[in-house]
Amino acid sequence: MSNGMKLFLAWAFVGIPLAWGVIQTAINATALFK
Amino acid sequence: MAFLPFLDKSHTIAPPGYSRWLIPPAALCVHLCIGQAYAFSVFNLPMTKLIGITKSAPDDWALTDLGWIFSIGIFVLGTSAALLGRWVEEGGPRQAMFTAALCWGGGFLISALGVYVHNIWIVYFGYGIVGGFGLGIGYISPVSTLIKWFPDRPGMATGMAIMGFGGAAFIASPLSVWLMSKFSTDSHVGVAETFITMGLVYMVFMMVGSIIVRIPAPDWKPEGYVAPAQPKKLITTQNVYVYQALKTPQFWLIWWVLCLNVTAGIGVLGQASAMSQEMFPGRVTVVAASGFVGLMSLFNMGGRFFWASMSDYLGRKNTYFVFFALGTVLYAMVPYTGAIGSVVAFVLAYAVIFSMYGGGFATVPAYLRDMFGMRYVGAIHGLLLTAWSMAGIFGPTLVNYIRAYNVAHGVPNAQAYNVTMYVMAVLLIIGFICNSFIRAVNEKHHMTAEEAAEVTP
Repeated sequence: MSNGMKLFLAWAFVGIPLAWGVIQTAINATALFK
Repeated sequence: MAFLPFLDKSHTIAPPGYSRWLIPPAALCVHLCIGQAYAFSVFNLPMTKLIGITKSAPDDWALTDLGWIFSIGIFVLGTSAALLGRWVEEGGPRQAMFTAALCWGGGFLISALGVYVHNIWIVYFGYGIVGGFGLGIGYISPVSTLIKWFPDRPGMATGMAIMGFGGAAFIASPLSVWLMSKFSTDSHVGVAETFITMGLVYMVFMMVGSIIVRIPAPDWKPEGYVAPAQPKKLITTQNVYVYQALKTPQFWLIWWVLCLNVTAGIGVLGQASAMSQEMFPGRVTVVAASGFVGLMSLFNMGGRFFWASMSDYLGRKNTYFVFFALGTVLYAMVPYTGAIGSVVAFVLAYAVIFSMYGGGFATVPAYLRDMFGMRYVGAIHGLLLTAWSMAGIFGPTLVNYIRAYNVAHGVPNAQAYNVTMYVMAVLLIIGFICNSFIRAVNEKHHMTAEEAAEVTP
């Protein structure tokens, strides 16, 4: 496996759950501005 | 761990061409799991209804019993990081991450048994003690490895991992709620099954991190990087032995710097929701306050990466000067935002305050590297985490006590936090003074070449 593919998989493995959590929190945070 | 040779430090040396950008995701695999501790409170209410299901039965656990689970976990985090730091450092990151995965995942599984048989002591042992060891070992395990891979940007590297600890609750909180909703039935609330699922998922996730992680070969350097021939004023090229660091004033000054920065932040963190509603009655609703807390958590997480990365350019001492100087002004300004009724100014002030609270955690490993060298930075960081444990007691106690005193003496709710904020500002001034006393470590504390050879495993 190329280094580029390894990097993509490793960052996706941690980045996807983190991005999902951040988006959920950001959506909840919009309540402050309503 | 001779019975598992692949955990050996010698088996984790990176082959030529191994990308250093694989190390931050390896560290995040661990920190994104153990940071769940910040979201443990989502289990509190369901765990008070394990028998009664819809409402608490007389034999159900009380919230006060459940509060101890988190407290024991955080206490064991500090203790294990301090006691096992040298073992983590000398055994290498893979062995430490693997052990942390077993402890953290295992802690959940033991706790599931405790919930199943309804014995709180098993939960204390599982999540609090076994899981607490996972927290302590896991927190410090990637620190020195990241610093070795990123000698040119150590703040950014450790900031990325510690940002994961701050962001983990964003994943754990909705995931826990969703799992409990899937596992709950008319006859039970699904906490035990959620613990089992999360324990197994966390164990696998952390194991992946331990498989990815590598240490650089001894002669490895980033491409184009030239190590400074002469030490800079506040960045040593020498190493200080882990327990020798305790004999230096620098260690204790940084201990107070961290403790005071965290005390101020943690004190108002738990009160942020109530404070926003009481300072702006009728304007900040319960729902808006919950949004405010979420927004502050985002700044807490973002600040970990932003400020730690900035410290590579500003210098560690200057970064803490910014935290303390700007923090003092902002804490002192919060009562004024209430007086003029400006929610926007209140939110902005808090956003910066919480970014600096997170930044304080994330910048400190690089500060220790600058002072004590790279060799034992993870272990010294472990010892320093006792400052966090102390701040966890100081901060909330101080805020709660001052508020209760004010309310008891007839101060209106909207103004009851003013004195608290001024006290926090004073703490930051003390932190500023401690930081200003930090100088380079005296040469007599540096390891000699013979000592370095003696302690190298």
